[in-house]
Amino acid sequence: MILVLVEHDDGVLTQLSAESVALASGLGSPLHAVALGPGSDGLRALPAAVQAVHAGLGSLDAYAPRAWAHALADVVAAESPTAVVAPGSERGNEVMAYLAALTDLPLAANCLAATPPEAGGAAWSLVRSRWAGSLLEDAELATGGPALLTVALGAAPGAAPAGSGSPQVVVVGTVPDDADLRVVVADHVQPAGDGVSLADAKVIVSGGRGVGGEDGFAVVEQLAGLLGAAVGCSRVVTSEGWRPHRDQVGQTGTRVSPELYIACGISGAIQHMVGCKGARRILAINTDPDAPIMSKADYSVVGDLHAVLPAIVAEIHRTRAERAAAV
Amino acid sequence: MRVLVCIKRVPAVGGRIVLDGADIDTRFLGFTMSPHEECALEEAVRLVTAHGGESVVVSLGPPESEEQLRYALSLGVERAVLVETDGGELGPRATARELAAVVGAEEESGGTFDLLLFGNEAPDSGDFQVGIRVAEALGRPCVSGVKQLSIEGGTAVAMRDRGRGMEVYRVRLPAVVAVKEGLNLPRYPSLPGRLKAKSKPLARRAVVGGGDGLRKVGLRVPDGDARGTQSLGTGPDAATRVVEVLEELGVLAP
Repeated sequence: MILVLVEHDDGVLTQLSAESVALASGLGSPLHAVALGPGSDGLRALPAAVQAVHAGLGSLDAYAPRAWAHALADVVAAESPTAVVAPGSERGNEVMAYLAALTDLPLAANCLAATPPEAGGAAWSLVRSRWAGSLLEDAELATGGPALLTVALGAAPGAAPAGSGSPQVVVVGTVPDDADLRVVVADHVQPAGDGVSLADAKVIVSGGRGVGGEDGFAVVEQLAGLLGAAVGCSRVVTSEGWRPHRDQVGQTGTRVSPELYIACGISGAIQHMVGCKGARRILAINTDPDAPIMSKADYSVVGDLHAVLPAIVAEIHRTRAERAAAV
Repeated sequence: MRVLVCIKRVPAVGGRIVLDGADIDTRFLGFTMSPHEECALEEAVRLVTAHGGESVVVSLGPPESEEQLRYALSLGVERAVLVETDGGELGPRATARELAAVVGAEEESGGTFDLLLFGNEAPDSGDFQVGIRVAEALGRPCVSGVKQLSIEGGTAVAMRDRGRGMEVYRVRLPAVVAVKEGLNLPRYPSLPGRLKAKSKPLARRAVVGGGDGLRKVGLRVPDGDARGTQSLGTGPDAATRVVEVLEELGVLAP
C-alpha cells in the first residue's frame, strides 16, 4: 500500500498534491490519501487512483506541523505502507521532516521520480531536484520502513487536481499531545496590500547589478508603471539594500510566472533563473552579449539599460499617442 | 542569551553548472554558504548584541569549511566548531545526528542554547529537514521558514509567509528556528572583524559516524530549457522592435 499526504484549498487539491498523487500511484497499490485539518473529510472528486482518504485533525483549526506528523504516523502504523509521499511544499516538507524524525527514517525531499526496489533488492531508485531544479540527482534510498518521499513541482506536470473518484473516508482518531502543540499557528497577519504582487503579476520588470544603485531603479519603475507591471530584482540588489527582499526573484526569493519577464542588467546566475524560468517569455537587456541570461532568454537587447529603457518608454508613449490620435 | 548557528560550505555556482563526472566541477569556483544561513548569522550577532551572551557557529563538512567559519567569526560570532568529514556528503539524517551530538557536547560545558538557528534548506541538497531532526533529537520546538523573528522574554515570536500574508508562531525558549533570506539584511565583515576572526577559537571534532539511508549516486544536468534566443537589436535603437514584441505578447495595452 502507498500513502499520499494531500493539501487542498477549499476541497480542491493543490497542483503539487495532484502531482504527488500521480507519482504515488505509480509506486504500488492500493493508494490511500491522507488529508489533515479542518475540511479534510470533505474532499470530493479526487483523482480516480485514490481508493480511500484518511481524514484527521478536523477540529484542529490552527496548523501544527508535529500534530500533522503524529496523525500521519498513526496512519502509517495502522496501514504499514511501503511508501509515504507528500507534496514538497513548505508544509509538506515540514510534516514529512517531523515524521522522519519521529520514526528515525531517512527522507528524500523534492523527488521527481521514484522506483520501488526490484524483487530481492533493498533500495529505491530516485531522481531528486537539486539546486532548486538546476540539477538532477540520481539517488538510492535504503530504509528499514516505508520510503518517505516529498515531490517537487514538475514530477507529473499534466496531473489534474480533480477527478471522478469519490473514495471512502476513514476517520483518523489522533489526539495531539502537548509536544505536538508547542508549535502552532497563533495568528495570521495580512499584507499591507500596495502595488502589484510579484506572484500575480502579468509583467515583471526586474533589475540587477547593472541598475547601479537604488536611484537607478527610477527607469525600471517608470517602465513598470507604464505596463502595469511589478518591479523585481536579483539577489545582489537586495544584498546591497537597493530594494527590499520581497522584490527578489530567485531561489531564495520569489518564484514567478508572468507572461513577460524583462530582465535588466541581470547576468542570469542559476539561482536567479530558477526564480523566473516559469515566465512564458523572457526579455534580457544587458551590456554583455556573453552574459548567461542572453542565451537563456527568448529575446535579447545588447545595451545599457539606462539608455534602452528610456527609449522603450518613449516608444510606448509614441505608439499610444499615435493610436489615441487614430481613434 | 546563547545562540548557535549551523552553516554549510557549498560551491558558489554562477551562470552555469559544470559537472565533472557525477559531481560539480569546483576547480574554478569559490565557496560560500546559503543566503538563508547568512541571515541566521546576522540574527545571532544582533541578538547577542541586544541581549548579551554568546554566539557559536558550527559546520559539518570538509576541513576547508574553516573558510566559512572564519567568515562567520569576522561578522562577530565568538567561536566556531568544525565537525570534519573526509569531503564525502552526509545525508540529512546523518547530518542531523552529528549536529545534535555537537550541540549536546557544547551544552554540557557551556549550558543550554536559547536558540539554535539553521538555514531553512541547503541550497545544494535542499533536504528541508535537518533543523527539525535536531530539534526532535533534543526535545525542542522548531519553527521553519521564518522571515521575521523577535524575542519577547522567554518566547520566540516567529513569522513565515503563507499565501499573501504571514503566519505567526510563538514558541518557548529553548527553541530551534530555521530561517529564510529576508529575515534581515546581513552586514559585510569589517576589516577589524576580519583581523579578529583569525585568532578567534575554532575547535575541530571528528564525526560520530553512522549511516543515513539516502545516498547520492550522481548528478546530471536536466534537458536544456533553451528558448532559442532572438536578438531585438542593440542600444536604444532596439526600442521599436521591443515595443512590437510587447504588442505581439498582448502586454502593451494600458
